[in-house]
Amino acid sequence: MTNPSPWLTNQRPTSNLADVLERVLDKGLVIAGDIKVCLLDIELLTIKLRLLVASVDKAKAMGIDWWEHDPSLSSRHQKQLAAETAKEVSS
Amino acid sequence: MTTPQYVYAIGRELDPAGLAGLAGLAGIDGAKVHRIAHQGVVAVASAAPSDQDALRARLERLDELAAVAEVHDAVVRAVAALTVIAPLRLATIYQNEHRVREMLRLRHKELEALLDRLAGTVEIGIKLYLGHSSPARATPVSSGRAYLHQLSRRHQRRDEDWRNAATAVERIDTALCARALDRSHHRPQPAQLSGAAGDNVLNAAYLVPAKHIAEFTKLAHRLASDQPAIHLEVTGPWAPYSFAEPNGGDRP
Repeated sequence: MTNPSPWLTNQRPTSNLADVLERVLDKGLVIAGDIKVCLLDIELLTIKLRLLVASVDKAKAMGIDWWEHDPSLSSRHQKQLAAETAKEVSS
Repeated sequence: MTTPQYVYAIGRELDPAGLAGLAGLAGIDGAKVHRIAHQGVVAVASAAPSDQDALRARLERLDELAAVAEVHDAVVRAVAALTVIAPLRLATIYQNEHRVREMLRLRHKELEALLDRLAGTVEIGIKLYLGHSSPARATPVSSGRAYLHQLSRRHQRRDEDWRNAATAVERIDTALCARALDRSHHRPQPAQLSGAAGDNVLNAAYLVPAKHIAEFTKLAHRLASDQPAIHLEVTGPWAPYSFAEPNGGDRP
């Protein structure tokens, strides 16, 4: 490649975690893999992530770790969602 | 052959230099990134963490999710420098390489068309913020009525600011669209999440020819600088995440 690659010269200087998450969770090509890994809904994340972005460690140090116990983020709930999604996809 | 595969992106077959570039890449959990090829189209993958339940559990923990997302994007970005790619959504996993090749075979035509569309392009993120007008200085007022009058005038001014800003944002978006191949709207980011000052009134991605990045960015800055109330943030270039679905973005 003789052209200077835009990827190597530019390191996303101003993007934040939210920019990355909204792309990898909400955009990108969706192809159905063999193994379903549930992902959090981006909208839910937007609400839930506020503390995290500031600092996970700080939040934890403050005893804030509700995301690990929050029923809406638990695997059971996500499995239900996944089952519904799978149904939609296969129909 | 029996190892589950985490797939980051679909791309065009790499040339020898590209293959060399791929060789040094580390993916999720440091797994070596490799390619699975079928008739000129490749899946960029690495061995998936062997315990799927553990991965599931990890992705429910927001700090882990963030870490995996960063690695996913880092691999995508690195491979985008080597060949044309369509980035995949996070956590696409196949049982083995054979299954990945099967997918490439079944969707070959569709993937070829997608890669044709994305060739030579990048995604530029544009966020526009409306600054909070400086808190009105409380001019001493002599009466309750004067106070109410002042308050209502302040509100009027704010409504007007918003209307002007909305018009300006639309104008900027239209002008940028005219220079882009496609556009995709994202949800505005809450200030708490982005840490930015002001209200995020536009959060969009534009598909731009890679050779026009500088020109496009300059245009965005020029358009925004005409609007003192509006603050611009440019991100990217990104791999074309927002345009990787067959239907592309949402440009009218």
